[in-house]
Amino acid sequence: MAQARQRAGTLREQIIERALLGSGVISVVTTAAILAVLAVETVAFFREVPLSRFLADTQWTPLFADKHFGIWPLLFGTLLTSAIAIAVALPFGLLAAIYLSELAPDRVRRLLKPLLEVLAGVPTIVYGYFALVVVTPLLQRVVPGLAGFNALSPGIVMGVMIIPMISSLSEDALHAVPMTVKEGAYALGAGRLETLFRVTIPSAFSGITASVVLAISRAIGETMIVAIAAGQQPRFTLDPRVPIETMTAYIVQISLGDTPRGTIEYRTIFVVGAALFLMTFAMNLFSQRMARRFRKGDG
Amino acid sequence: MMHGHESRRRALLERGFHALCLGAVLLPLGLLALLVGDVLVDAAPRLSWDFLTSYPSRRAAQAGILPGLVGSLYLIGLTAAIALPLGVGAALYLEEYGKRGWLARLIEVNIANLAGVPSIIYGLLGLELFVRALGMGRSLLAGACTMALLILPIVIMASREALRTVPNTVREGAYALGATHWQVVRQVVLPLAFPGILTGAILSVSRAIGEAAPLIVVGALTYIAFLPRGIDSPFTALPIQIFNWVSRPQEAFMVNAAAGIVVLLATLLLLNGLAIYLRNRLQRRRYW
Amino acid sequence: MRHLYIAALLLPLAACSKSGQQGGAGATTTAAIIAIDGSSTVFPISEAVAEEFQKQHGARVTIGVSGSGGGFKKFCKGETAISDASRPIKPSEVELCKKNNIAFIELPVAYDGIAVVVHRDASWVDKMTVAELRTLWAPESQGKVTRWSQVREGWPDREIHLFGPGVDSGTYDYFTEAIVGKEHSSRGDFTSSEDDNVLVQGIATDPAALGFFGFAYYLENRDKLKIVPIDDGKPENGDGPIGPSFETVSRGTYQPLSRPLFIYVSRAAAEREEVQAFVAFYLDAGRKLVKEVGYIPLPDQGYVLVKRRFDKRTVDSLFGGKGSQVGVTIEELLGKEK
Repeated sequence: MAQARQRAGTLREQIIERALLGSGVISVVTTAAILAVLAVETVAFFREVPLSRFLADTQWTPLFADKHFGIWPLLFGTLLTSAIAIAVALPFGLLAAIYLSELAPDRVRRLLKPLLEVLAGVPTIVYGYFALVVVTPLLQRVVPGLAGFNALSPGIVMGVMIIPMISSLSEDALHAVPMTVKEGAYALGAGRLETLFRVTIPSAFSGITASVVLAISRAIGETMIVAIAAGQQPRFTLDPRVPIETMTAYIVQISLGDTPRGTIEYRTIFVVGAALFLMTFAMNLFSQRMARRFRKGDG
Repeated sequence: MMHGHESRRRALLERGFHALCLGAVLLPLGLLALLVGDVLVDAAPRLSWDFLTSYPSRRAAQAGILPGLVGSLYLIGLTAAIALPLGVGAALYLEEYGKRGWLARLIEVNIANLAGVPSIIYGLLGLELFVRALGMGRSLLAGACTMALLILPIVIMASREALRTVPNTVREGAYALGATHWQVVRQVVLPLAFPGILTGAILSVSRAIGEAAPLIVVGALTYIAFLPRGIDSPFTALPIQIFNWVSRPQEAFMVNAAAGIVVLLATLLLLNGLAIYLRNRLQRRRYW
Repeated sequence: MRHLYIAALLLPLAACSKSGQQGGAGATTTAAIIAIDGSSTVFPISEAVAEEFQKQHGARVTIGVSGSGGGFKKFCKGETAISDASRPIKPSEVELCKKNNIAFIELPVAYDGIAVVVHRDASWVDKMTVAELRTLWAPESQGKVTRWSQVREGWPDREIHLFGPGVDSGTYDYFTEAIVGKEHSSRGDFTSSEDDNVLVQGIATDPAALGFFGFAYYLENRDKLKIVPIDDGKPENGDGPIGPSFETVSRGTYQPLSRPLFIYVSRAAAEREEVQAFVAFYLDAGRKLVKEVGYIPLPDQGYVLVKRRFDKRTVDSLFGGKGSQVGVTIEELLGKEK
């Protein structure tokens, strides 16, 4: 009798464990599904359009009579906005990290750190509104020839949004530099700033790099801010004052219309998605590697 | 050896740098305050009970956010119903069962990567898999499934954190009393980790409520003047409605967009406040 | 605690049943949805009609903005009941409908003059000829004609930023047919969007911009935009540069950019009670709403004829399924009707 109950107990345990395992496996299935979905449509795309055209052409007009399938205009749009974002986020993020880690009194740090995190929690559509309605008109007064849709405004706003990514992770990295290292520098007669720049920051370098690369990856994948404020005109340009289109905004644009499955136009959103996925995946991997190096203490 | 003015110069530099760094923290915060203030001011003329209970209209002054609000609530309810059991289950597996196995490691790597995938890629996945392949069409269910996959990594990570706060001594005590693995998990670990899991659940749901990009790809409609009837119904959501209004050039619609943003932010504040309140309330029950 | 959690999940259901009644009289009974999709030019009319309609009738209406072409693709697969179109149905679409056994009833509902607009402060633009527009928009100009000075001598040497509807848009089809001479043929390096609001936004904030869209969108935003009168070089239908307005479009002097707007109703949908009520409402209240929205309504007699067309379930296109035809006046349209 007791044995039967025990066996039933074990069977039940096994079923439960299998069920929980199943839940975990969903994440593996998700990754596989993403890869499959992107791969299937991308392969179908490249059966019609040779890879050379995709990589060499500098025009992107897949919907029009004169079709061009060069990825560069969209790629430039993405890179331009992301570069502006990092140009804003890096100095602010790093200086903020230094302040929070090295200079701030504990009470101030406990107040300001979560406040900075709020920046990352604001929905991106709110940032998009801000970029279009406040930042662009403001910039138009200062920058000559700034069009209503441009790369500068969403770039700056994106930069503000990703500041906490750099500041939080860099702060952790700086904080983790052992006191002994810093004290050694002080003992040798270095001042606070000298120690900071010559010892602490270099020691935390991999950790800081990890945070920056992660932030770049986030900027590249951002959709709503650029969809609202950057424009819908694929252009092979690095001029931040004119309308452009990013890879993510292109996917949104096509999704808002209706493109039937199986057409080359439908496939373009997956090809662009695949390129996007590859870029962010590579950056995330690199960032993780940097973070691991930092944790191992290679600086 | 240091000369007098050199040390003064150094002190000045240090102070200047200190101020610079403090500025780097305060400036973005100031910008955020400016943003929120601006939205509130823009939204003021339209914020009213009428706005919350009206349907969209071509006349901005009469256009309201009801379908968007209800759609969002329905959506995150369904999303939570899908993502939470799966997420907590996966976290339980990783923390309580498969700790050192190769499969657990594979799952962990996957979760870390999925957390960094841009949200619009989830939209593409949802479009091809849920809307087209599984035939759900542009329905609430397809939207919820897509969003569930999006927040799953966050739910898992938060739940794992919560499970880790339960000290091993408690587990071992339960085993010593003869409990089976699942009994320990269900009757000892889970109740203790529940506050953290709940907090994590609310936070991941609040992330979902602000997402627009995957929903656009999956096909949330921009003109909808009714409320969803069932999970196979077409739907819209708060951020989609805001996006629609932001795309309209008339100032009156910008006011509506701002008002919609206020509703969205208020909802987020409520959810986050709820999470913090619950966490504080429930944590008082600890007995060690 | 668990109960709180469950209650939170049930909250939206409670909200739903309470506000279900606000959807209109007797909203709880029928779950009928009238699905509409298509032209963003026609969208404002359909939106206005649907809004007023839903105040009196329990049926629910959804309206998408996929463009005339996008709308037809869905319509001819039976996914929508009504298709908004700013151009007549094309041969390929007639084929698709036939293949899927979708019979369509073509109903003209309004007239439109496509407005060519620039930023309010673009002082150098007084008018344009059709030839100049062709220079700007022809496919050969892609990547080459990029400055105002290349269009007309004496114009500023500034970059020109072009905005236009997307390839699924009937406005795009009609414009290319009328200006470039071949439907669907244009350069590809401009900001294209099926959503005309995006175009208005872009042009209104960019002094170097030029674009085109339905007249209603100009009227709605005329404080920010400037109309460009068009000279088609044909004095017989109006001499010199003429801009779009209620008069010039109804009289047929705003050429070549005046055109009829349509809704297409599928034969199957026309058998549904709520669709019949909707179409009747469209053609009845429509004439007032069309004017309110900013387009040119057909003459009263015109709506009577169109209604008769629907009642008889006349299945075919007045234009022989050949797509956009340039220069059809209201009189000609009604003449075909009889």
